[in-house]
Amino acid sequence: MYRYDQYDQAMVDARVEEFRDQTRRRIEGKMTDDQFKPLRLKNGLYLQLHAYMLRVAVPYGTMNSKQMRKLAHIARTYDRGYGHFTTRQNIQYHWIKLEEAPDILAELATVQMHAIQTSGESIRNISADHYAGAAADEIMDPRPWAETLRQMTTFHPEFSYLPRKFKFAVIASEADRAALRWHDCALRIVKNDAGEVGFEVFAGGGMGRTPFIAYRIREFLPQEQIFSYIQAILRVWNRHARRDNIHKQRMKILVHELGEEEFTRQVEEEFQHFLTLKTDFPMAEYERIAAYFAPPPFETGLPEEIDRSDPDFALWVDRQTAEHKAPGYSIVTISLKPAGGIPGDITAEQMDLVADLAERYSFDDVRSTHTQSLVLPHVRKVDLYEVWKALDAAGLGTANLDLVTDIIVCPGLDYCSLANARSIPVAQKIADRFADLDRQLDLGELKIKISGCINACGHHHAGHIGILGVDRKGKENYQLLLGGSGAEDTSQAKITGPGFDEDGVVDAVERAIERYREIREPGERFLDTYNRVGMEGFKEAIYA
Amino acid sequence: MRILTGNDLKTGAVIWWTGQDWSIHVEDAGDVGDQANADAILAREDAARRVNGGYAIDAEKDADGKVRPAHIKDRIRALGPTVRPDLTLKPADPNAGNWVI
Repeated sequence: MYRYDQYDQAMVDARVEEFRDQTRRRIEGKMTDDQFKPLRLKNGLYLQLHAYMLRVAVPYGTMNSKQMRKLAHIARTYDRGYGHFTTRQNIQYHWIKLEEAPDILAELATVQMHAIQTSGESIRNISADHYAGAAADEIMDPRPWAETLRQMTTFHPEFSYLPRKFKFAVIASEADRAALRWHDCALRIVKNDAGEVGFEVFAGGGMGRTPFIAYRIREFLPQEQIFSYIQAILRVWNRHARRDNIHKQRMKILVHELGEEEFTRQVEEEFQHFLTLKTDFPMAEYERIAAYFAPPPFETGLPEEIDRSDPDFALWVDRQTAEHKAPGYSIVTISLKPAGGIPGDITAEQMDLVADLAERYSFDDVRSTHTQSLVLPHVRKVDLYEVWKALDAAGLGTANLDLVTDIIVCPGLDYCSLANARSIPVAQKIADRFADLDRQLDLGELKIKISGCINACGHHHAGHIGILGVDRKGKENYQLLLGGSGAEDTSQAKITGPGFDEDGVVDAVERAIERYREIREPGERFLDTYNRVGMEGFKEAIYA
Repeated sequence: MRILTGNDLKTGAVIWWTGQDWSIHVEDAGDVGDQANADAILAREDAARRVNGGYAIDAEKDADGKVRPAHIKDRIRALGPTVRPDLTLKPADPNAGNWVI
C-alpha cells in the first residue's frame, strides 16, 4: 500500500497543529461557532446528537494492521470502545470530545491516517473496489489511480471550496463492487482494442434528495490524460453550479439541467483547453505510486482443496470467500452484520483481532467495504479454517454476504443530527425476522438498504429493497422502495406507495419477499423478479 | 413548556438549561418561558462558551411529572442511542427506550 513520503507526512502533521490551534482558539472564545464549524468539518469533525463525531478517512478502503490497531486504540482511549464503518469505506467515532480531537488526529498521523476531506464541500474519500489487487476479474489494481487522484486533488486550490461535496470511485472490472454509477464521477479502468489502458468515465451520479445514475461521458480516455479530464469536469461544475441553492449544488443537478449532451460538450471543450496547458502529471509519477501497490509475494504450488468437513465452516466458505487471482488464495469478507448487531459497528477488541489476522494471514492488508464490512484480501486457502475459527470466536464469523440480513444502514436518528427516523432498529428487526439461515439461503442475493433521512447515506435508492425513514407529523415513518441496485446492473429504486410505521415496514418487507418467493422463476434473484414483473407484481401483496 | 438544550463546547455532551446552570439530565430542565427569554439566555451562555449550538424546544411533563421533549430527536438526545442501552444515561433500565417512543 502507499506510504507517506516526507512531504505527505509534513502536510498531515502541519494540518494537525493547525487544527490544534484552531480548537484552542475556539475553546478560549477567540472564534465563534460559525467561524469554527467549517474548519472542524474540513477535519472530519461533526457535532452529532450525543457528542462530536470524527470521521476518519480510509483511502480506497485500504488499511494495514498498524493502522487498524491505531483505530482500535482510538476507540478504546477516546471513544466508547467501538467504531462504525461507513458507506464511503471510512470509519467514524460517535463519542468524541472536542478538546481531545487534535490529539486523535495526531495519533492518526503517526500511522499515516487523517480525517481531511471526510466532510465539507470537497472531494471526499475516493472509494474503490474492496477486492482491488486480489480480484480474479480485474484487469489491474485500481488503487494506484485512486491514490494518484487523491494526491492530485487533495489541497488543490480549485477544489478546496467546491459548490458541494464531490464523490469519486474507481474500479477495474466488469463487476461493480463500488456502486460506481452512484458517484459524481466514476472511473472504470478498461483496455481498448489496441490493449491500451484507459478509463471509461461516468459523471453526474448521486443519491440524496434528488437521485441520478451517472451517465457515460467518455467511452475511452487515455490514462495519461485523466487529470486534465477531471479538472475539466470539475471546472464546468464550478463555473455553473447553483451556489445559491443548497438543494441544487451537487453536480448531478447541473448535469440534469444542462443535459448530458451540453454538459459533455462543455467538458470536452474545457478538456481541450487543459491539454494545451499540459497539467497532466508524467506517467513516471503514476508508476512511482503504482510501485507501492505491487502484488505481495504470493506463494506458488499451494493446494486449492479446502477441508469442508466442518459444516459451519463450509457454509462460511461458500458465503464469505471469493475467487482470488492467485492460485491457492481466497478473498475473505468479514461480515459486520451479526444477528442482533449494528451493521458496520466493530469493537476495539475485534479491530485488534482483524489486525492480527491481516498481519498473520493476509500480507498485512485489510479493507473496508462500502457495504460496511471488512475484507482480508489475500488468505491462503489452507489458512481459511484457522481464520474462520478466530473470527467466529470473536463474533465475526457470520455467513450472510449479500443475503437478506447483510443490510446497509446509516446511523439514523440514534446518532445523526440530520436524520428524521431511526434506521438501525428497522435493520435489526428485519435481520431478526429472517434470522433462519436456510431461509436466507433460499432467498439468495437480496440487498436491503436503509436510510434515516433523504440524504441517503444508507443507499436506499440502490437497494433491491430500500427503506427511507421520514418524519411524519413528529412520528417516524418509513417509505418502502423496490428495484434499486448499486452493482453493474445499476438502477434506481421506486417508492411502493404510502409509508409504514416501524413494525409495519418490517411486515411489508416480509410480504414483498414472500411475494417474490411465490412468483420467482428458476435462478431469479429478487431484483430479477422485480424487473420482470414490475411494481404492480408486488404492490398488492405489500398493501394486503 | 419551553426548555433549552445544546451541547457542551468541550465534550459535546448533551446539556439542558436548569434555570441557573446546565445539566446532562433532561429531568433538571426548567421552563424558560417565551422565545425572547430563551434567546437572551442562549446568547449569554454561548458568549460564555458554556453551550454550543443551543436552541429552544417544546416539552411537556409526563404522568410522573418529568420533563419530556416534544420531538423524538430531542428525546433520543436526552437518553442516548436506543440501540445501545448500555451507552445511555440509564444503562440499568432495559425499558428506558420506551420513553423515547
